[in-house]
Amino acid sequence: MKLIIAIIQPHRLEEVKKALYDAEINLITVSEVLGHGRQKGVDEFYRGSKETGNLLRKIRLEIAVNENFVEPTVKAIIKGARTGKIGDGKIFIVDLPRCIRIRTGDEGSQAIG
Amino acid sequence: MDMINTGDTAWVLASSALVLIMTPGLAFFYGGMVRRKNVLSILMQCFIVICLVSLQWVLFGYSLAFGPGNAFIGGLQWFALKGVGFEPNPDYAATIPHQAFMIFQAMFAIITPALILGAFAERMKFSAFCIFILLWATFVYDPICHMVWAVGGFVRSMGALDFAGGTVVHINAGIAALATALAIGKRTGYQNKSMPMHNMPFVVLGAALLWFGWFGFNAGSALAAGALATSAFVVTNTATAAAGLSWALLEWRFNGKPTMLGVASGAVAGLVAITPASGFVDVIGSIFIGLLVSVFSYFAVAVLKPKLGYDDSLDVFGVHCIGGAWGALATGLWATKTINSAGADGLLFGNPAQLFIQLKAVLVTLVYSFVVTFIIYKVLDATIGVRVSQEDEAVGLDLTQHHERAYTILE
Repeated sequence: MKLIIAIIQPHRLEEVKKALYDAEINLITVSEVLGHGRQKGVDEFYRGSKETGNLLRKIRLEIAVNENFVEPTVKAIIKGARTGKIGDGKIFIVDLPRCIRIRTGDEGSQAIG
Repeated sequence: MDMINTGDTAWVLASSALVLIMTPGLAFFYGGMVRRKNVLSILMQCFIVICLVSLQWVLFGYSLAFGPGNAFIGGLQWFALKGVGFEPNPDYAATIPHQAFMIFQAMFAIITPALILGAFAERMKFSAFCIFILLWATFVYDPICHMVWAVGGFVRSMGALDFAGGTVVHINAGIAALATALAIGKRTGYQNKSMPMHNMPFVVLGAALLWFGWFGFNAGSALAAGALATSAFVVTNTATAAAGLSWALLEWRFNGKPTMLGVASGAVAGLVAITPASGFVDVIGSIFIGLLVSVFSYFAVAVLKPKLGYDDSLDVFGVHCIGGAWGALATGLWATKTINSAGADGLLFGNPAQLFIQLKAVLVTLVYSFVVTFIIYKVLDATIGVRVSQEDEAVGLDLTQHHERAYTILE
């Protein structure tokens, strides 16, 4: 089992969701986060004083999948999120030792889907 | 100065302040409906319209709109309020200082261009917006205002009735909204349904401020504190209530549940529709005008817009143009001289010709405003470019146009 964490541009969320649904990946968690990569965020001005390096809004997706769904999930995220410009985001894949469905107590692979 | 009536003057000045607050009210009404990355751009556009048009109006806008001229536009004799003093001008308002009439009209000149911005919300460059507003105020609002309201204006001479701005304000802004929505194109990602609005309570706050301010708009248009202002006040409130209720009932019937946005939209549509009629109809007429405007506007917003596929983002055309046109025509149905002896009777009171005159006034406004708005847009687009880049649109206008954001996620 893997946990796929993706950081994407907020305005690509709808496209990513659509690509995931098309690949039959329906269980996702979405949260709003702040961050910046190499482009160092944006400048803002408050009554004439400049504040540099403010953090940008990003969306974080968390998707827990069985091994055979790792590649389809990654492909779907890239399909939806890629614009080719700086700031498109990243995908992190980490091992997931346990997964428990709270309602039934099921563990492991069958608890994920 | 002995002709000045203190009660009338107090009412018109208070009404001017009431109409002014409608524009920030509109800012919240519209601001709540956009995505949160664009809310400041809406508030900012509304606010800067107040700044720009206030100056335009006292410098030359008032002169073009109400000054002596031909049947289409006034001249520049009243440049910088030259000759517009504190003596009443009996052509327009015989019992209040001329400048009181001027500043009351200024508030109408401000809110009209601000109404349009809902059509191209979330995608216009701020620099282009400022120039667009100045050009539109000068080449569309001022001539239409002159034609309909000024002495010698050709629509006024036809005998058309427009008590508080159904043609001048609402049809004018509403059709300009359609022209700009068509010219600028859809928002990126728009799929014939509304995009997620970020703050419904703002929308309700805005609608409430509009309803409150509209008493100045309509009852103030009597330009005197008396029976006609009272009648306009009563029918304004009645039509608005009827329209809010009927929009809710339509949603209940067709969508399963009535929504807050629906009642707020219906109320605004009711305010729009009663505007031209407010000084000419009785309370029964106002109930029909209110109940029916929601039917037409609901159809335009929920059926016509998705079918035709234009992205009038905040439904300025559906509410203001359709609602305004219905109000103007309804004036030709329900107007009665028992309310206003200076007006006319409508079709239901034995004068079918009035309905035809109203229709002509609507058509003149539709054609002139659409064509000139479209030309202004195309000229601006060819010179400085009107639409923001796709990246700026994605990040949002607050950050890209103003280097500011409305809300924080982390302190």
